[in-house]
Amino acid sequence: MKILVALKQVPARDSLLRIGAGGCWLDEADLSYEINEPDAYALEAALRLKEQQGGEVVVLTAGPERVSSSIREALAKGADRAIHIEAEGLEGWDALGLGRLLAAAAAAEKPDLVLTGLQSDDAGSGQTGVALAELLDLPHATIVMAVEAAEGGVRVKRELEGGWFQHVSMPLPAVLTIQSGINKLRYATLMGIKRAKTKEVKRVTAAELGVAAAPGLRLKRLYQPQRVKQTQFLAGTPAEQAAALVEKLRFEARVL
Amino acid sequence: MSGILVITEQSGGAWHRVSQEALGAGLELGRALGVAVRACVYGSGASVAAAELAAYPVEQVIALESPLLEAYTADGAALALEWLVREEQPEVVVMPHTYQVRDYASRLATRLGRALLADATGFRVEDGAAVFQRQLFQGKLTGDFVFETPGPNFVSVQAGSFRAPEAGAAAAAVETRTPELDAARIRQTPEAPFREADRAVDLTAAERIVAVGRGIREEGNLALAQELAEALGAELGASRPICDNGWLPMERQVGSSGQTVAPKLYVAVGISGAIQHLVGMKGSGCIVAINKDADAPIFEAADYGIAGDLFDVVPALTEALKKARG
Repeated sequence: MKILVALKQVPARDSLLRIGAGGCWLDEADLSYEINEPDAYALEAALRLKEQQGGEVVVLTAGPERVSSSIREALAKGADRAIHIEAEGLEGWDALGLGRLLAAAAAAEKPDLVLTGLQSDDAGSGQTGVALAELLDLPHATIVMAVEAAEGGVRVKRELEGGWFQHVSMPLPAVLTIQSGINKLRYATLMGIKRAKTKEVKRVTAAELGVAAAPGLRLKRLYQPQRVKQTQFLAGTPAEQAAALVEKLRFEARVL
Repeated sequence: MSGILVITEQSGGAWHRVSQEALGAGLELGRALGVAVRACVYGSGASVAAAELAAYPVEQVIALESPLLEAYTADGAALALEWLVREEQPEVVVMPHTYQVRDYASRLATRLGRALLADATGFRVEDGAAVFQRQLFQGKLTGDFVFETPGPNFVSVQAGSFRAPEAGAAAAAVETRTPELDAARIRQTPEAPFREADRAVDLTAAERIVAVGRGIREEGNLALAQELAEALGAELGASRPICDNGWLPMERQVGSSGQTVAPKLYVAVGISGAIQHLVGMKGSGCIVAINKDADAPIFEAADYGIAGDLFDVVPALTEALKKARG
């Protein structure tokens, strides 16, 4: 089975986020980056499927030179090869545009299965995978917790709201968006890191794929949210803060 | 191309709770832009729900019915609603940001060559055009977004962001429509929804909850939160990563994929407050947040905040509670 994993590189989870000049995106100067967490689980699911059934895992990602570190990490964990769509300024692209970019590179690969995270930790719109499915004219399922091979296709466990789940079957090829935390992420081994250096990374530009930015949705301004609730912050040493809170909870909020 | 079409969600005639809020958002947007609002409901039970929808101040209600919509599928919903949007030609389509919408809406929007503005929390009108807000970086930042494309444009709205409207007296006209659907184009075969094994705790019934998040760092540190919960007479809850790690069972997870709770007191310990967690607890009576990052979104929802190291603050709080109880 040929499995394509679409990965996004995002600012590391505990980054200090500062708004950049122009007010439309982050100041990227001091940021460190990592593989979007749900995408890391999609990669892990792909590696496990390959271990069970054989085949190939191909990583697909788009972004500037810095995304090479995420590609190397994925290859070190066991992906067989990678496609890097070289592009700058993708933060200005909406999910449909990103879907078109990924679809242009994915179509030529003719994968049996496309896996990606259910959403990104930065933009978080949760759409790219679904848009990609539509653009490739493949069936899809979102918020997937488990994947099993079924006759002529896959049967997946989807998460619904409020603790409900559902099994859904569909023919292959298909696109699945993977929920965070469904498996245990592996670490790259020393051997894996060594091997990654010899693995193929195909580079292609958005122009070569014939896809240009045409945003239907534009981010005008990025800012710190205004507080809607008046939060009373309690100051002092931990003991003083604790005593003040107990006092507030007893006599102001009256919940003790 | 004109007006607003609100696509509501129901199951067997019962509303999804965010549906009314989406309707509220559609009506507010209609008033602000001075355009008419229609509402639609689809799937099994649509005609029952449509009759109820007609009591709200909308111009028209459309019940979209087809044997192929009896059980929800992403392909079925996307194809049926694409048919409706092409027939109705709305300028803006408003939906509730539910798990179902997350499943099909991008497919629908993509089929019409549009991007979806997902999970909007508000809007304002500038120079006759709507500017929508949505959260980025898991709620740490907010963005103002505008559509650059002509309609139909698609927006889904976050739970708890818009007020549900009042039902009025004048009944809107209800029309039942049957989309032309080809069964062969519906590729998913769904099975009946199910719940996992029986639950040992029911967080929704708890009066007080101490919830713990990533900030606790290690499973062994959970004892700190457990002691605080005992001192408060509270149940222990958690954000998703804690349950994903298997440190606490899934039934203790608070948030969109877990329980929605509204206790009298909710103490969030080491929880940054991603949107998915906030929607599950922001209805709590009194919210306390303890987090080392004073800019964490959890403080947005908190009545009382302690910006500090939970490993110092939580033991001090447990001690202070014990002292207060004598």
